[in-house]
Amino acid sequence: MREIYLDNSATTRVFPEVAELMTRIYTEEYGNPSSLHHKGVEAERELTKAKQTLAGILKCEPGQLYFTSCGTESDNLAILGAAAAHGRRGKHIITTPFEHPAVSECMKYLESQGYEITTLKVDGKGMINPEDVAEAVREDTILVSVMHTNNEIGSVQQVGEIGRLIKEKNRNTLFHVDAVQGFGKAVLHPSRMHIDLLAASGHKIHAPKGIGLLYVGKGVRIRSTIYGGGQQGGMRSGTENVAGIAGMALAADMLYRDLEEERAKLFRMKKSFAEKIASLPDVQLNGPQDEVFGAPNVISLSVKNVRAEVLLHALEDRGIYVSSGSACSSNRPHTSSTLTAIGLPKEYLDSTIRISTSVMNTEEDIDDTVRALQELVPVLRKYTAH
Amino acid sequence: MRYQSFLIKYAEIGIKGKNRNFFEESLVQQMKIALHRCEGKFRVYRFSGRVFVAVDSAHYDFDEVVGALQHVFGIVGICPMQIQDVIPYEELQEKVVQFFGEEYPEQTRKGLTFKVHCRRLAKNYPMDSQEINAALGEALLGAYPETAVDVHEPKVMVHVEIRERIYLYTHTIPGAGGLPVGSGGKAMLLLSGGIDSPVAGWMMARRGLKLDAVYFNAPPYTSERALQKVVDLAATVSAYTGPIYLHNINFTEIQLYIYEKCPHDELTIIMRRYMMRIAEAIARKTECGALITGESLGQVASQTMRSLECTNAVCTLPVFRPLIGNDKEEIIGISKKIGTYDTSILPYEDCCTIFVAKHPVTKPILDVIARHEHNLDEKIDEMVERALETDEVIIVDRDGRKN
Repeated sequence: MREIYLDNSATTRVFPEVAELMTRIYTEEYGNPSSLHHKGVEAERELTKAKQTLAGILKCEPGQLYFTSCGTESDNLAILGAAAAHGRRGKHIITTPFEHPAVSECMKYLESQGYEITTLKVDGKGMINPEDVAEAVREDTILVSVMHTNNEIGSVQQVGEIGRLIKEKNRNTLFHVDAVQGFGKAVLHPSRMHIDLLAASGHKIHAPKGIGLLYVGKGVRIRSTIYGGGQQGGMRSGTENVAGIAGMALAADMLYRDLEEERAKLFRMKKSFAEKIASLPDVQLNGPQDEVFGAPNVISLSVKNVRAEVLLHALEDRGIYVSSGSACSSNRPHTSSTLTAIGLPKEYLDSTIRISTSVMNTEEDIDDTVRALQELVPVLRKYTAH
Repeated sequence: MRYQSFLIKYAEIGIKGKNRNFFEESLVQQMKIALHRCEGKFRVYRFSGRVFVAVDSAHYDFDEVVGALQHVFGIVGICPMQIQDVIPYEELQEKVVQFFGEEYPEQTRKGLTFKVHCRRLAKNYPMDSQEINAALGEALLGAYPETAVDVHEPKVMVHVEIRERIYLYTHTIPGAGGLPVGSGGKAMLLLSGGIDSPVAGWMMARRGLKLDAVYFNAPPYTSERALQKVVDLAATVSAYTGPIYLHNINFTEIQLYIYEKCPHDELTIIMRRYMMRIAEAIARKTECGALITGESLGQVASQTMRSLECTNAVCTLPVFRPLIGNDKEEIIGISKKIGTYDTSILPYEDCCTIFVAKHPVTKPILDVIARHEHNLDEKIDEMVERALETDEVIIVDRDGRKN
């Protein structure tokens, strides 16, 4: 059976070139970049090269990049680090209702520590109005955190516009963007977008799990939350994950080299899916479908009267891997914050799957998936318990 | 090393008359298997109607050994013993006083009552057991004046056994009780991912049964994770029972067919009847002498007396329902004790929870159910055959899946 992997927002397959480079570093250039001898210098060279590559992509200085163990750690470092450094100046933070737990759980923690959290409104397409952000910013607002690309419905916020309006209102307010889903699929120039802190992750862009990135703007102060040997300027102690960093840089380079072409390909697949699935009755696509406010690679599909988990396993039976929009179960209901936030009707909450493509997918994958859905959905609907 | 040996107490095995030899041998076997995984060398042996574990290595992990023995059914108590050479009374008294002090450190001694119980099997020892009891009692009182002697209901029994060597023990650590696994034959457990069925299996294994298990899988309505959950539950239970052969049956086709053809408020009952039939077919093939379910009277609609009549009617093997008279809270208590609870509450669907009618019948009438089952006549026999052909045998031991 052919494997069709369409869960790239969960994680991606590592590019073979990346695996190859990392194997070389693991087995040959395995030194500790802090060592004084040749092996250390060799490893440091890989590190420097990787930083330069990533700095080129983000149009920043290599010294503004810090490496962590994952996107979650990057978000934590950014938010908790900013709160720790600026909490004396103010205790007001602004965020959205559809952030990843890596952000929303930090906010919950800060709230318990006496911070005041303002949660913005979101419309039915999953968009934040930049004017609302500007309006919420106050004198004592130390941080605004907005996700770049939503992981469930793929809405893409106008972070540049949001950043500009924040700074107009209060130039001391820091702007953090969780770009874990957007990095590798969208042009991100933090300094031009008035972004002070930007988090990304390796395993969403065909690099391995275990590597995350945090961009910190010039002159932006955050307090480190890890104490140790003082690596990475003391911001994130711990021996650098040289192979992971190099792998992430190579994967990013491969994606950004032909970004426009790849975005076009992903959008073509997304459009083609939308056109072909339309013949199936009682389905709807969630989130923006256009090329400005919608992500090229995220498709959120609600299928009336079919439980998402059942559909997921039925597709799995045919070698097609997707994820359920919200992992509901009879024993422990988790409703997705994003789907609830955009006001998806209740009967759709448990009937939404997410299909997320990558450059490794083909038009044929989409065609096969549409065909599978057209065959499976009517059968599954026949046995819907009422 | 404070203890060099363990005396194993077993209650029921001792009274089984002619079978005693067989039961004791089963117990020794199960203990050997349990201790095999422990660090150190141990010898399990029977001696004058008792079972002992001797430590043959310089090191062992006391907690690990006791934990392993507590997983062996048939053991009522585990007494860690100190062994002394046969020494003159004065020396013995010194050792006993010291041992008592170690066993009951100062902060636990206040108000402690004890009694010395000496057995003198080596009749050439110069003092008899009565004399030793009296002398040691006095010596202990002298050394630990905060304690008291109570010959009727002592909190602590100080055992002194004089044989080819002298054995001292004061503690009895409770065992799992019951009968050695396998001494009563083998039975087929209907294992779902819930709280009850692993507990039911554990309870019957404690009564001496070896377990096989059957799980009804309904892809795509149930996931690989649901199966993994059942494997994990079987693994936890198998720490007590030894390896379990888990039969994984694909039940989807039958379930959908019942859904299509039968009244929806009777779905669960009819489905359970087919599960029982299939379980019995596998049980017969694998030489199991009974079925085991986790049913508890009145817990859900399919577990009322009438419902049980309907599901019971399709079986000829005895069906053991050890939880029939237990409240949910009691069942949860056992599942926490044996370690299955945390796995049982993981939120993966099992096939029972998917096609549940809003108002299932609670007082089904056997004739009516049987009549409605005739709606399935056209295809059900071949479907049952096919389901039996899907049987995938997963061998599970305490480390998980073995094949």
